[in-house]
Amino acid sequence: MSKSGDLKFHLAGAICRDCLNETSLSAERCLVCGSPRLLKHPERDVLSIAHIDCDAFYATVEKRDNPELFDKPVIIGGGKRGVVSTCCYIARTYGVRSAMPTFQAKKLCPDAVWIAPDMKKYAEVGRHVRQMMFELTPLVEPVSIDEAFLDLSGTEALHKASVALSLVKFAKRIETEVGISVSVGLSYCKFLAKIASDFDKPRGFSILGQAEAVEFLRDKSVGLIFGVGKVAQERLAKDGFKLIGDVQIADESRLLKLYGNEGLRLYRLAHGQDTRKVSIERETKSVSAETTFFDDISKHADLLPLVLKLSERVALRLKKAKLSGRTVTLKLKGADFKTQTRAKNLHEPTQLSTRIFAAAREALSQSPERPYRLVGVGMSDLREAAEADHGDLADVGLAREKATESAVDRLRAKFGEGAVVKGWGFKG
Amino acid sequence: MKVTLERSALLKSLGHVHRVVERRNTIPILSNVLISAENGQLALKATDLDLEISGSVAADVAQAGATTVPAHTLYEIVRKLADGAQVTLEISGDAGQMLIRSGRSRFNLQALSEGDFPKLSAGDLTHHFTLGAADLKKLIEKTQFAISNEETRYYLNGIYLHTLDVGGKTMLRAVATDGHRLARVELAAPAGASGMPGIILPKKAVAEIQKLIEAPDSEVFVELSTTKARFTFGAVVLTTKLIDGTFPDYGRVIPANNEKRLIVDRASFRAAVDRVATISSERGRAVKLSLGDGKLVLSVTNPESGSAMEEVEVDYDAAPIDIGFNARYLLDISDQLEGDTALLKLSDAASPTIVLDREGAAALYVLMPMRV
Repeated sequence: MSKSGDLKFHLAGAICRDCLNETSLSAERCLVCGSPRLLKHPERDVLSIAHIDCDAFYATVEKRDNPELFDKPVIIGGGKRGVVSTCCYIARTYGVRSAMPTFQAKKLCPDAVWIAPDMKKYAEVGRHVRQMMFELTPLVEPVSIDEAFLDLSGTEALHKASVALSLVKFAKRIETEVGISVSVGLSYCKFLAKIASDFDKPRGFSILGQAEAVEFLRDKSVGLIFGVGKVAQERLAKDGFKLIGDVQIADESRLLKLYGNEGLRLYRLAHGQDTRKVSIERETKSVSAETTFFDDISKHADLLPLVLKLSERVALRLKKAKLSGRTVTLKLKGADFKTQTRAKNLHEPTQLSTRIFAAAREALSQSPERPYRLVGVGMSDLREAAEADHGDLADVGLAREKATESAVDRLRAKFGEGAVVKGWGFKG
Repeated sequence: MKVTLERSALLKSLGHVHRVVERRNTIPILSNVLISAENGQLALKATDLDLEISGSVAADVAQAGATTVPAHTLYEIVRKLADGAQVTLEISGDAGQMLIRSGRSRFNLQALSEGDFPKLSAGDLTHHFTLGAADLKKLIEKTQFAISNEETRYYLNGIYLHTLDVGGKTMLRAVATDGHRLARVELAAPAGASGMPGIILPKKAVAEIQKLIEAPDSEVFVELSTTKARFTFGAVVLTTKLIDGTFPDYGRVIPANNEKRLIVDRASFRAAVDRVATISSERGRAVKLSLGDGKLVLSVTNPESGSAMEEVEVDYDAAPIDIGFNARYLLDISDQLEGDTALLKLSDAASPTIVLDREGAAALYVLMPMRV
């Protein structure tokens, strides 16, 4: 993907990603070890924003722990009505994708080995990887359990190596020390680093330089821009924006008129301009819990106990994270896979499951009774725990509700979740 | 339809009804006022589907009939006509327009068929009683300021009107709260009110009722059910839907054991609060009340602009206490009180405080403190 001609930067050599030696730029294979995995790019030594993504994370961890699975298609997920959480690259050759419903994946790849997710294990591996990232730079912005942005500018002296070499070493260390593989994208901004890391997965390392950014983006779909989902993509296509190149040649003011600030954002990103910094603290924006049913559920009365349980789970997570929220969202996915959400604002932030449930219940009562396959409860507009549940003159029951909930929480912490079952959740 | 009447009589009646009409309407007929002429009367009616006001005025009806025309436009036209002029409203051959004639002025207004005008059917109004206009005015005025505008708790967007037994006497009570302050006013319940359902009168209806009370010595006929209420002020009738919700059990937040009693001169207290609050940049800033023996120190500290303090002589002999309140709320309540002195009953810096004219006063206010 590197572009010859018009090179503004000095020519660094190629780095062998296997033996870490510098090799001549013109070589097709490493002159030392013979590996074809050479990293070369004219801007190699001026770029410092990286996106690191673990390859088929859950599946790779399972394969690491059970070498027999090495050459088998492995799918993490399952249950009669669940979805594919992660699938290994072998399973992907059958067309299996993450978030695909179980039945569909089973049809595509009947021989796959299904493994129920072991989140505890993955979290631990994720922490290990994160720890090693912090050895590269303090500027690590986790995106999820298995991916993060890193800003490595100014770390050359510390590591006595160029940024690219440090990252190559890092990827190699992950393989030997953790036993999984990662893909690295290196660029000058987060947007392109993320695109680059996705480029030649698994075990990839791609560099996207500033000089080639605009041309590189030209023939890509607008869907490549983060935040542009299916619906936005349809709307953009209607206005003639199918490729990022269409946005590039558009007038900035037209985009502003059509889409407001979002139009400006699209315009800038289409030109490879992304000024977002790699920030250490990634704010939690929402806390949610959802569940997919074994059989479709239509009746509100049958959904309510599940909504209660999810509300309690969300409340517990908020309490653990010392957070509270002001907006409760109920999510329902129909048997037709169409998702609808309904949000309710509260008069003040809360951590209480009773308040979350009351809002979710109201939202449910406004939803039609038809077959659903999934229900979710989410909390957003998050605040500090200290801002929650102060109560006021119009909130007469609060003190009691708080006392009850904290008693229930204590009982459950001591005797398990089943120690207290509320009326809505009680099955006789 | 052809009807003639005096401009000021028409203007007054239109003035009562046209305010109900929202400035922006997606349903065209809701912008209109219903006009019907019959039996020597011109009747007017306007609605926003939640609230309906109708009025009637004596007129010279040459030909009975009805139509609807844009309310605000008609009001503006009539307002601008010469005082004392005669106005004729007429629908001639073309039913799509109404002709307004007065002196040398002629207006043609686009009309919509009266048959499409929505009716706010009141249904069965189960309870009725007569209330002195002054009493109704008091119930509304003393509580109106505390009505909440917050939409998440829609049941607070009005005045809660209900009866209850206080020491063997049936009282009619009005309560409003936005969570930060609460206003409660009561008076002896008129005959017929006893046993009425508790109702929440929406804010917009409250504002209109207040404007319709003209002569304090007149009487207002009140009819209500669990879903609607109707107030009759002579020829003007207001019908409103009620807020469908449960008003909080406010009795539980009115403290019964606030032992610290503070008596202040109302006017000087209000003026002092107003002065020190100048320093606060926003309305939300707290005024700190530091109470010691016979002395109240009001202070405001605003890190951006500076600080202010003022000492007020008061009647206070309980333990010293520091407590903060929103300056705006203190001013609002001071304005509602009527006596020369005000009585504040406090507990501690985190608990609600009671404000009233004197022990046993008809109006009682509860105020949440702010952290200072």
